[in-house]
Amino acid sequence: MAVSLRRRLVWQLLALSAILSVALFVAVRIGAERASEVTMDAILGAAAQNMAEELRVSDGGVGIDVPSGTFSMLAAMGEERIFYRVDVGQLTVTGYEDLPLPEKVPTALVPVFYTVPFRDAEVRIAAVARSVRIEKTLRPALVLLGQTREGQRSIAAELANRAALLGMAVFLAAIPISLFVARGLIRPIDSLAEAVERRGPRDLRPVRHPAPTELLPLVTALNRFIGRLRGTLSQTETFIAEAAHHIRTPLAIMRNEAELALRQSESEAARDRLRRLIRGADDAARSAGQLLDHATVLYRAEQADLAKIDLAEMVRAVANRLHAAAEMKDIDLQITVEEPLPAEGDAVLIEAALRNIIDNAIKYSPSDTRVEISAHRIGKNGEILVMDRGRGIGAASPELLKRRFRRGENVADVAGSGLGLTIVAEAAEAMGGHFELFAREGGGTCAKLLLPLS
Amino acid sequence: MRQVAFAAVLTLLASLRAAMGFEIEDDLRFGPPDATPLEILSTTDFVILEPVITAYLQQNPARSLRYVVASSQEVYRAIAEEHRAFDVVISSAMDLQMKLANDGLATPLPAEALRGLPAWARWRDLLVAVAQEPVVLILGKGALAAQETPPSTRRELLALLRDNADRFEGKIGSYDPAVSGAGYLFAAQDARLSDTFWRLAEVMGRMNARLYCCSSDMIDDLRTGTLLVGYNVLGSYAMAWAKDDFQVIELEDYTLTLLRTALIPKSANEAEGAADFIRFLLSDNGKALIARGAGLPAIEAAAFDRNTHLRPIRLDPGLLAALDRVTRQRFLEEWRAAMVQP
Repeated sequence: MAVSLRRRLVWQLLALSAILSVALFVAVRIGAERASEVTMDAILGAAAQNMAEELRVSDGGVGIDVPSGTFSMLAAMGEERIFYRVDVGQLTVTGYEDLPLPEKVPTALVPVFYTVPFRDAEVRIAAVARSVRIEKTLRPALVLLGQTREGQRSIAAELANRAALLGMAVFLAAIPISLFVARGLIRPIDSLAEAVERRGPRDLRPVRHPAPTELLPLVTALNRFIGRLRGTLSQTETFIAEAAHHIRTPLAIMRNEAELALRQSESEAARDRLRRLIRGADDAARSAGQLLDHATVLYRAEQADLAKIDLAEMVRAVANRLHAAAEMKDIDLQITVEEPLPAEGDAVLIEAALRNIIDNAIKYSPSDTRVEISAHRIGKNGEILVMDRGRGIGAASPELLKRRFRRGENVADVAGSGLGLTIVAEAAEAMGGHFELFAREGGGTCAKLLLPLS
Repeated sequence: MRQVAFAAVLTLLASLRAAMGFEIEDDLRFGPPDATPLEILSTTDFVILEPVITAYLQQNPARSLRYVVASSQEVYRAIAEEHRAFDVVISSAMDLQMKLANDGLATPLPAEALRGLPAWARWRDLLVAVAQEPVVLILGKGALAAQETPPSTRRELLALLRDNADRFEGKIGSYDPAVSGAGYLFAAQDARLSDTFWRLAEVMGRMNARLYCCSSDMIDDLRTGTLLVGYNVLGSYAMAWAKDDFQVIELEDYTLTLLRTALIPKSANEAEGAADFIRFLLSDNGKALIARGAGLPAIEAAAFDRNTHLRPIRLDPGLLAALDRVTRQRFLEEWRAAMVQP
């Protein structure tokens, strides 16, 4: 399973801010320490030079005024400890005799700085060279002035800690920010997915949802795929329609011939066979018709041809057209249509739906019964009810019956393709309506088709 | 060559003295004899710290305590050179205490005891002031004529001495900075703070001023009338005497304030007990008891806010300069030159 984009983004942003805060800490720590060291070295060097300038030769030997003010100031920043040593020749004149000497002898102008451990502390020392004339000989003199740097270090450490705190704050702030950013980045993908998800099952139009540039390749690929799918689908449907059409014509010829033969045949056995042949041809023609209907519905659902229609008028027309079939079984078609029901829809689709409902009702009704057909307005919808006294839907769920090539368990003796209810349901859905099938009180089935009115 | 010989003599002297050990003036022991005592080494007479120590022992009956008194030099030597295992060192020699702390011979004091102390009353967490006392001018009876007002600045003091040279001839007393560590510290601070110090030294020299090792001797001579003026006398000694004998004056151009400081040496055996004792000294109760014993104000920043002429001697490594052998030598030469007129 691939890692979630959002999680990856959040982790990367977090890692970045963690690295940044560590870098900030290190940079401030090093920077502050170096900057303060440079500054304090400059002060220490100046103080050492100042002290060296106090070296004087008098009758008694070498004298020096150790400047207490300078010591105070050197110690003031961070309460440092002060050490010093004054050497003339090889002799320590004053100060700490054990204060370590520099490895490199300083020149007269540039102090030498070095750090040594001394009396349990790290001491930064500035060494300055001078020469003094004692009894007509020039003697080299060395002034060492040292200070601890604990205060400076603690100030630098505090600065660095503050920087680290800041970095930590940035890091913590990065969590919600990166979540927010991740959500913002993922949102177009989500909305695109939602737009595709929201489409009807037959909606194969190209995706026109606005998408960021980065997602355009995906959208283009998706659209190309949809295009191919549509091509394949329409090819299949065209093929089915063609096939159904091509089957219907020879079937009709076959039926006519069989009927002629029936009329002319004397043998009862042959007549029986011919009747079965005719019924078989009828069933085959029906199935072919339904296949054609189904293909039409699928095609139309995609590219509905909307026009102003009157549902009431259509119900009446379809019922009348099936009158002959009903009469053959002595079924009374009772049509109750009171008012015009104007709607906007695809006449072919709605007609296919109506034809299949009524045809079904006739088909599953026993002889000498009544099929009641009514159409009226309920709120914004037109409700078309087709009720029979047939065998009902049995134990099968109505939803299941609406699926393609599904038939009820109680209809094995009646020929059928299992497409009729599918066509009705698909047509209803394409028109924004609804189809329901339920058992009728007192036996039989009630089919309810709801279609929006204009 | 001369210097080498001098150094050798010094070393010899030092080793001789080290062999003998540092000199003790007083050695007192309190509390249960079998307990390990908290050892305090101090320059301060026990009398002055008696109230606070008594209260501490009452509060800690199981604790025993040894109180050793020595001069400031000896106190320094005991710790710096002999590494004696004292637990608390209290000394009025700020410079020597500073040197002990600066040279890494002190351990940190309890942080909570230092909290709230003004910056001038401590150095790092190693050295803390437990008492402050002004360095004052004392005028004995007869120093002033009936209509004269006592001097309030060094300038006025100079004028008084100059105008009445006969009256003060041989009757001015001050520390001998060559002998007394405290005297040298005061003189060095005086020289730092004002130019009048040198003129004062000249005037005192011209009038054959007497030089003393200690405040107490000066006060004794003032009481007997041998002296009329005592310059740079420790306040605690001056206050200890009745005000009737002489006048104690805090000069208003500035009055140095000496800090008695305490530290815990690295060589301490009872660092815990020492920290506890210092905590007690710095508590409000402890400060009040020290103030009662010394007759001096406790360490409080407000004292300096109220009396702007009070200058605490800065407790920082600047004090090391006063200890520098060569610097000291130069200063004393200059001072002698001022005091001794041809």
